[in-house]
Amino acid sequence: MTRLAVVADKVRSKNAGPFWLTIDIFCGSAEAYEQVSKALSTEGVASLFQIAPATLKRFDLADLHVVKFSLPRPNIQGTAADRDMHGASFANLLADIEV
Amino acid sequence: MVKVLIPSGALGLGYDRAALARGIAQKPDIIAIDGGSTDSGPHYLGTGTSKYSRNSTKAEWRELMAARAEAGVPLVIGTAGTCGADDAVDWLVEITREIAAETGESLRLAVLKSGQDNQTMVAALRAGRITPLPAAPEISDTLLLECTNIVALAGAEQIQEALNTGADIIIAGRTTDTAIISALPLARGCHAGGCWHGAKIGECGALATTSPNSGTIMIAFDAEGFTMTPMGAEARATPRTVSAHMLYENSDPHILYEPGGHLDVRGATYTALNDREVRVTGSEWIVSDRYTVKLEGARRVGFQTVSLVLVRDAHYVKNIRTWCDDIVAKCTAKAKARVDGAFAIELRLIGADATLGPLDTAHVVGTEIGVMGIVTAETEALSREVAKMLNPYLLHHPLTEQEEMPTFAFPFSPPEMPRGAIHEFCLNHLLEIDSPMDAFRLTVEDIAP
Repeated sequence: MTRLAVVADKVRSKNAGPFWLTIDIFCGSAEAYEQVSKALSTEGVASLFQIAPATLKRFDLADLHVVKFSLPRPNIQGTAADRDMHGASFANLLADIEV
Repeated sequence: MVKVLIPSGALGLGYDRAALARGIAQKPDIIAIDGGSTDSGPHYLGTGTSKYSRNSTKAEWRELMAARAEAGVPLVIGTAGTCGADDAVDWLVEITREIAAETGESLRLAVLKSGQDNQTMVAALRAGRITPLPAAPEISDTLLLECTNIVALAGAEQIQEALNTGADIIIAGRTTDTAIISALPLARGCHAGGCWHGAKIGECGALATTSPNSGTIMIAFDAEGFTMTPMGAEARATPRTVSAHMLYENSDPHILYEPGGHLDVRGATYTALNDREVRVTGSEWIVSDRYTVKLEGARRVGFQTVSLVLVRDAHYVKNIRTWCDDIVAKCTAKAKARVDGAFAIELRLIGADATLGPLDTAHVVGTEIGVMGIVTAETEALSREVAKMLNPYLLHHPLTEQEEMPTFAFPFSPPEMPRGAIHEFCLNHLLEIDSPMDAFRLTVEDIAP
């Protein structure tokens, strides 16, 4: 088992507007994409964000070697409870998981 | 064919001057640049102000105005002044007049405003013309009246209306990032799917190339699709850099909703014309039954004062959470007895989980911890008052009554830093309108030296 950060080229999270967060895992090759796409369960990723799996949108984009997840922001961007205005730190939660 | 030159992803971000000059030499039909984003948070829409400095904005805008004059084509900016609120539009209009006066330039300026009247929005909500998008917060008449700014995102139709005035420069309030790019090629009959897809690929300038910092790109639209050409000497567009940009800040990588319809790129094909240009065809534009524009709104939700203290003592670092919980409980009780009004005290642990909070279950603590105290209250005076009550705790609070009084490290005097008013985004809704110009106002001004 290896950390996702090692297998993938890049794990990026960004705001998709103030209410949504989107995470792009750029796997870099067909082999890495196969490994990541199989190893990442929607349930497992949902549990990282402490949300129901049905709330998580998942896109497996074989042509781009990308697995993408989108979810309502854990806290709406810029509210008193929000800790990361641009949402880029959430990628670290995924980068650290074993694939 | 319609060529749109995009100097960079946003005014104020900077770009490669040589790349812009190369673009002007290739005779674009229009120059389009984005002026904002919600990405820096609700403060800007809440206050109707710009994130970028006035001097930087003026310096870059002056260069773009000069490039426009050289090319002899329209220059359009969308979401002026970061948020696209009416005050932010006025700010850039004033800068534009100053530059024109300094350079002695004559020009026709069209100004498109996107600000919405609160009472009109209440009426629209009651009429069932405002509907929520996924993950939208609950709204009410009261909330709409509390918004300090509500803007509607203009689409291609409103930019086309501004272009029809014969304006040299168009300063638009809130628009979709794509509309300023798609408007002219759509008006000239280019392929609609290609126009919106090319606009999405181009909205961040050179971000969809191998050299994101080069800024400037050209997108040529035609009857079948579009061709993307970077203007930076080293920048290359490849089928991968171009197709991957649909992922960027977009919750669905295949679909993009715009006023009047949506783009579907599932049928798109990306072809490398050479080692630096990409041709895209096959994207589809689907017209919607009703014409809607997205609304954004921000309201003031209180005032904050922030303090920072550094804890280096190993015993306290080890027990930092207990220490913080005790301070919050004791200081909250003391403040409640001494002040009137609602307030909240939060202590975040920098060096533990300040970034991700309870989601960060695997964090590791080092030799020191920064404790950020955040006091949120309904008035500025109350937030400062409670922050001052927090001060002695952050400086000297012992873990137990038995230990000697500790002293922690304040980097500043005073340690309290007032943040002023805080705002929240509170609208993620669609407004249905009968005609595209119904929610927008267009004015034209001829500037002469």
